[in-house]
Amino acid sequence: MSLRREVGRAAAVAWKDLTAERRTKANFNAVVFLAVLILLLFGFALGPDAEALRAAAAGVLWLTVLFGGVLAFNRSYQLELENGALEALLLYPGDRKAIFLGKVVANLAFVLLVEALVVPLAAILYDLPLLRPLPGLAGVLLLGTFGFVVLGTFYAAMASRVRAREVLLPLLLFPMLIPVLVAAVEATAALLVGDPMGESGAWVRLLAVFDLIFFVASVLAFEYVIEE
Amino acid sequence: MNDRHDILPAGRHAPRWHTILGWITLLAFVGAQATGFAISAPDRDMGHLQKIMYVHVPAAWMAMIAFFVVFIVSLIYLWRRDERYDLLAAAAAEVGVVLTALTLALGSIWGRATWGIWWTWDPRLTTTAILLVIYAGYLALRAFAEEPERRARWSAAVGILGFLNVPIVYMSVRWWRTIHQVQSSPSTVDSAYVLGLRLNAIAFLLLFLYLLAIRYHASRAERVAEARLEEAALMGGIHV
Repeated sequence: MSLRREVGRAAAVAWKDLTAERRTKANFNAVVFLAVLILLLFGFALGPDAEALRAAAAGVLWLTVLFGGVLAFNRSYQLELENGALEALLLYPGDRKAIFLGKVVANLAFVLLVEALVVPLAAILYDLPLLRPLPGLAGVLLLGTFGFVVLGTFYAAMASRVRAREVLLPLLLFPMLIPVLVAAVEATAALLVGDPMGESGAWVRLLAVFDLIFFVASVLAFEYVIEE
Repeated sequence: MNDRHDILPAGRHAPRWHTILGWITLLAFVGAQATGFAISAPDRDMGHLQKIMYVHVPAAWMAMIAFFVVFIVSLIYLWRRDERYDLLAAAAAEVGVVLTALTLALGSIWGRATWGIWWTWDPRLTTTAILLVIYAGYLALRAFAEEPERRARWSAAVGILGFLNVPIVYMSVRWWRTIHQVQSSPSTVDSAYVLGLRLNAIAFLLLFLYLLAIRYHASRAERVAEARLEEAALMGGIHV
């Protein structure tokens, strides 16, 4: 029973965050625009040779997701900090893990939605096959994005509360995400340009292990980070 | 919960044993280096370049020990909430970052002379570089978070998650690619080098402990000064 209540509380936090975002769309539009811009800029930096672009596409796609998505996380606390609402949220009875889970769900929805727009555009700009590898690609995107969002939401709980939040979050987050970046890029490249060595399975397992370890660790550590 | 974030008693001067440990460390360091140069012949292929190993390898070991100390002491901090553990974790992270940077710099010089390149994306090299940025992030967080109790909780969490990532980082870059030689330890190097390596490891352990002690003492003194300034500001005595 209590577990169901916690899930209900997490859903309420997620719904609140998503509603606030849906009503303004300011952040979402900005992040999508920035992601499109990054895709174009990488094209100019690496192109115009179509073959070279296709070879680099998996890495470009994930860097676009990382650089765009990182802007979402601080925002998910900032609205509450501005109005002193975080204190109120913490005063509610129940487990604070639910707050973290709710924010993870909301941020996951946010980043996945950005990807839903960016990936087809990347397929067009970088001339990638999209329909055939789509099921596998969706799985890799989900696993990679989950690890990214879990740690991003966790570190933003700290970074959003200091003056230099825009700098501090990437400083903390990106070094930790290197295994996710390597594994997700390798698995994506295997799906997009073929997997002669049959190694994408190992990368997917690495992503799953990373997700599991850091999901558990950040859920447990969140209470220490958020307490006032 | 027993929060011990009151003003910590700390002497104005470093304890006497710091000075003694410092001299012992210096003697051990000079002795171990001299032994390394005197008793082990130049390597057949690398010549005297091999002597870099006597600093590079022990520095890498001590850096790993330092990050392990950050991990353990951070866990103890979250459990006991005693500020001294937080300051100890910070001191260990500082020493670890310096030793990691030293390891990378020396490895790079060695790699340039041996492999002909300053940098290669080899697993241990890459993992060391990633550790450097993870713990530099830890120190950045400490610099930005101002309130001591909050800074302690936050950096404990970051120190714990960072260490959990070490094996995953290593596995991922190892799968990614490898051209490094088998790592140097007394069991893989020629017996002529074992003594030099062992002595230098001891010297570096002393160096690590010495640096840890003085950084810990300094950060405690800083905290005392901070607390006194706050107190004085609250009393309206002085303007900070």
